[in-house]
Amino acid sequence: MHPAMDWFSLPSLLKFLAAWMLLLSFALLAQRRLLSLIHLLAWQGVTLAVITSLVAQLTDDRLLWLSAALTFALKGLLVPTLLHRILRRLQVRGDVEMSLNVTSTQLIGIVLVIFAFALAAPLSGALPAVTHGMLGIALAAFLLAFLMMITRRKAISEVVGFLAMDNALFFAATSATLGMPLIVELGIALDALIAFVILGVFFFHIRESFESLDLHWLERLREDQ
Amino acid sequence: MNWGAWGVQTIQVLLALAIAPLFAAWLQMLRSLLQNRRPAGLGQAYRDLRRLFHKESLLPEGSSWLFRFSPYVLFGTKVMALTLVPLVAVNLPLARAADVIALVGLLAVARVFQVLAAMDTGTAFADLGAHREMLVSALAEPALLTAFFIASLLAGSTSLSTIALHAQQGMFSLHPSMVFAATAFFLVLLIENARIPVDNPATHLELTMIHEAMLLEYSGRHLALLEWGAQVKLLLYVAMGIALFFPWEIADQANPVALLLACLAFVGKLFLAAPILALVETLLAKKRLFRVPEFAASAFLFGVIGLLTHFMLGA
Repeated sequence: MHPAMDWFSLPSLLKFLAAWMLLLSFALLAQRRLLSLIHLLAWQGVTLAVITSLVAQLTDDRLLWLSAALTFALKGLLVPTLLHRILRRLQVRGDVEMSLNVTSTQLIGIVLVIFAFALAAPLSGALPAVTHGMLGIALAAFLLAFLMMITRRKAISEVVGFLAMDNALFFAATSATLGMPLIVELGIALDALIAFVILGVFFFHIRESFESLDLHWLERLREDQ
Repeated sequence: MNWGAWGVQTIQVLLALAIAPLFAAWLQMLRSLLQNRRPAGLGQAYRDLRRLFHKESLLPEGSSWLFRFSPYVLFGTKVMALTLVPLVAVNLPLARAADVIALVGLLAVARVFQVLAAMDTGTAFADLGAHREMLVSALAEPALLTAFFIASLLAGSTSLSTIALHAQQGMFSLHPSMVFAATAFFLVLLIENARIPVDNPATHLELTMIHEAMLLEYSGRHLALLEWGAQVKLLLYVAMGIALFFPWEIADQANPVALLLACLAFVGKLFLAAPILALVETLLAKKRLFRVPEFAASAFLFGVIGLLTHFMLGA
């Protein structure tokens, strides 16, 4: 193949986007500001939509195009906008408190990525050739989102972690099976959206009773009520 | 022995030494323009160096030979490092002398001498600077190594010349691991050259300074050598970045036309690299000192992710 053609080849672009997804996961892990967290989540959603549409182009699957469009609308636009609105209404400001400092969280993140890659390596032979090696990245993104939920204290950033986990799952499904059946996908998307709405209601309740979104208050028993 | 190749080698090093102050001045000029200040002009760096070379060099009381010796070691190691990097041509005689790992080692030697010389004076400020330098570079150096490792894995060789040649042949291929390597390398460039998010190169009187704190006791020709050395180091890092990630038009044969073209391309790439650096330095705010290791750790992280994606995705 001519070297100039390599630039335009879809599989190499797909690999690049997979690496970009991993990078966004790490950025989510390291980011302190709530607003930037939401922006990063939106970027993750958009990347996911582009990946899905590339896979749709490669496999010539009509339904995957629909799924890509849905991903873009839901994960790239709707959820970040809603989060943005909640953030404005709650008037939360400042840095996110973390129970671990950023450097050690990132170093643990590296260990998680190695673990995920080792876990996915035996499977990669059975995967479709197009998405070869992407399952490991999806698994890593999942574990990183999980780590983010563990290390954050504020309710909003935990929800961002939850949504990032949802993104990673979706990514794993796309890379392992070239897209789930549309009905399953719709179900999961709806589940995530409903969970998100319920959590949104919870935010206000948590803040009303504790005057803070710090989830540490939930861990203590109070007798005076 | 091939005298032509040795000639090119010599010209390459001399060219780099000559334009290093010009590059620094061009960067400073762009920064001034971006910050709505009036620039000092491109000759300012040369005028500063000339002024310093004409001044008397003072030695602090109680300082040892290490203090006098270090500026020459620092400048010498940087000149040596320049011979290893393909600026205008690959496969020069001295390129085979050492690979990228030795290059990192060479830069480490310079750092050790700078830190020792700073501690030698016994000044509190210089001592602080030395400690900070070590704190930051302990994480920056492995990041630089991982960036080099990624490029080496792709090219199948640790020689910078071979890496540049390999990258030149497949220059349109999009390697995810190389993108991570480039990010890590750029962060290391900012850290090692005392650029803005880490250190402010424009000030001598700031409590959080790192690089300038180590030079506080130097004067005259020693200071001139150190300043020139810092400019050469910046050029060296930019040249390494060019050789790793944008090695277009670097000549691979001793052809006068190709060499002239390569020289022009190199100067052109430097000309374009400065606005990027100036923009980054203008847009970012200087970090708190204790956030700097975090910054260095993220550079290391990019390098490691790059290595991992190379093994996972095979590209």
